[in-house]
Amino acid sequence: MSEWWSYSLRDLLLFSPQTYYRQFELHNTEWWPLPLLTLGLGVALLFLLQRGGVRTRRPALMALVFCWVWVAWAFHWQRYAAINPAGGYFALAFAIEALLLLWLIAPGPQPEFVPKLHRRAGMGLFLYALLLHPLIGLAQGRSLAQAEVFGMAPDPTALATLGALLFVRARAFWLLAPISLLWCLISGATLWAMKAPDFFVMPLIALLAIVIATASTTTVQSCIDLHR
Amino acid sequence: MTRKPNPIRRRLLGTLAAAPFVLPSTGLAQPARPATRAIPSSGEAIPLVGLGSWITFNVGNDSAARDASAEVMRNFFLHGGRLIDSSPMYGSSQEVIGHGLKKLGRPAYLFSADKVWISDGDEGPTQIEQSRRLWGVPRFDLLQVHNLLAWEEHLPALFDMKAAGRLRHVGITTSHGRRHGELEKIMASQPLDFVQITYNLHDREAERRLFPLARERGIAVIVNRPFRQGELLDRLARHRLPAWAAEIDCTSWAQFALKFIISHPAVTCAIPATTRVDHVIENMNSAAGRLPDQAMRARMIAYVERL
Ligand SMILES: NC(=O)c1ccc[n+]([C@@H]2O[C@H](COP(=O)([O-])OP(=O)(O)OC[C@H]3O[C@@H](n4cnc5c(N)ncnc54)[C@H](OP(=O)(O)O)[C@@H]3O)[C@@H](O)[C@H]2O)c1
Repeated sequence: MSEWWSYSLRDLLLFSPQTYYRQFELHNTEWWPLPLLTLGLGVALLFLLQRGGVRTRRPALMALVFCWVWVAWAFHWQRYAAINPAGGYFALAFAIEALLLLWLIAPGPQPEFVPKLHRRAGMGLFLYALLLHPLIGLAQGRSLAQAEVFGMAPDPTALATLGALLFVRARAFWLLAPISLLWCLISGATLWAMKAPDFFVMPLIALLAIVIATASTTTVQSCIDLHR
Repeated sequence: MTRKPNPIRRRLLGTLAAAPFVLPSTGLAQPARPATRAIPSSGEAIPLVGLGSWITFNVGNDSAARDASAEVMRNFFLHGGRLIDSSPMYGSSQEVIGHGLKKLGRPAYLFSADKVWISDGDEGPTQIEQSRRLWGVPRFDLLQVHNLLAWEEHLPALFDMKAAGRLRHVGITTSHGRRHGELEKIMASQPLDFVQITYNLHDREAERRLFPLARERGIAVIVNRPFRQGELLDRLARHRLPAWAAEIDCTSWAQFALKFIISHPAVTCAIPATTRVDHVIENMNSAAGRLPDQAMRARMIAYVERL
């Protein structure tokens, strides 16, 4: 596209807000009662993660991998791509993230130490993604049928993953978080272009996750240095 | 004196008789027909208001929303509309138009206007064929090079298609006032049937050089973004419609904005997009009543600029 600099993000938005939010409604209805199950899966995942052992973590992380694959295929590829030509690329990025997350499950040296700050922040972020984020539309007058649910919709899945990464393995954060962080930006930009009042939520949380992860990486490093 | 049969009129009447969807047998009075203007190169007259499809018809696989779009199209045709504009750039819009046309029984008087939008000229024909299938039409009435993209490669291919009878008109588009200088050169050098540009109460740059050139070269003009994608109407809605708008049969700001555009003698058709049946009727009706003359157009501009 020539003179691309003269296009604003809003010029490139291909769909109306009604059409965008309707995708979640159609997705939830088509797969009902799967949204309830993925929500339950999220609760179980959090429980397993906070129990801490490597063995209990594996099935939890496996469930997370499944969620990314599912969102890639069922949401991005099957649904979102019909209104947004970039949907196919989003599906690919989500599939890549699922592969990267497999790395966390692979046997190998596990971190001995995750500072309390990240565990708490990770848990808080995960809980927000699971329980509060789906309700954000209610405050703007949208129905619960359009709720963006963990494991079904990209936003809460990416947020919960950032939470899980903070919680589980601070040093792997920088390898595994970029796709989630990028998604937070893309989602924020889409909402901004649609003039949605909550456009800042996803980028802000991404920023917070980065700040906490940076703090955590330095703390972990200093702990390691101390023990040398 | 024997009158030559008008093929479009015949097609129109024929389809009206054959397609009950267009005029339901409710005994209601027939809607007023919109005024038309001739395409200079072919002489074919098309209504002054058409239908855009950017954003509004990109509803994906949502069957309820597809049916709602078909309902907008049904009312568009019912009120005398003919030209529908789309592009492969508009997500699922072409497919949704195809769904509507299938549901409504594709009126023969449809004027299908689509675009080619791909940077590799060799891939143009494949894209056009895919668009044609999505619309479900035997051939397009108009194909336009979208946003001047790779126009040097696409235009010769489109002229060839026209010469072979696989296309009726050739055009090129831009919007938001972009690249008018380059467009001017293309208009001056290429045998175009149509150009599509942005023109409305706020963006009037086209009046200076492009409109006079279009008239001089016999090029039909389609006007996009008549409401600046709704932003113009949102702004105007904060103010009262002046009482004198009734002198040109305006009942709303949308009609005020459309009548301003289509009253310019260089304009062949404005293509507002909408998701709403009441809006499509309102838009079509703006081509049915009186249109502003030169003095009234000046008054309209002065009024809007003061707001
Ligand atoms: N480069 C290009 O080739 C190019 C670029 C831009 C546009 N275009 C073409 O031009 C068409 C029109 O431009 P556009 O879609 O950007 O914008 P537009 O037609 O200026 O505005 C569309 C907006 O106006 C609202 N609207 C329509 N009729 C109304 C009425 N009677 N009262 C109140 N609101 C009304 C619609 O909302 P509702 O749904 O609520 O009615 C919609 O949001 C496009 O759809 C596309 O086909 C081509």
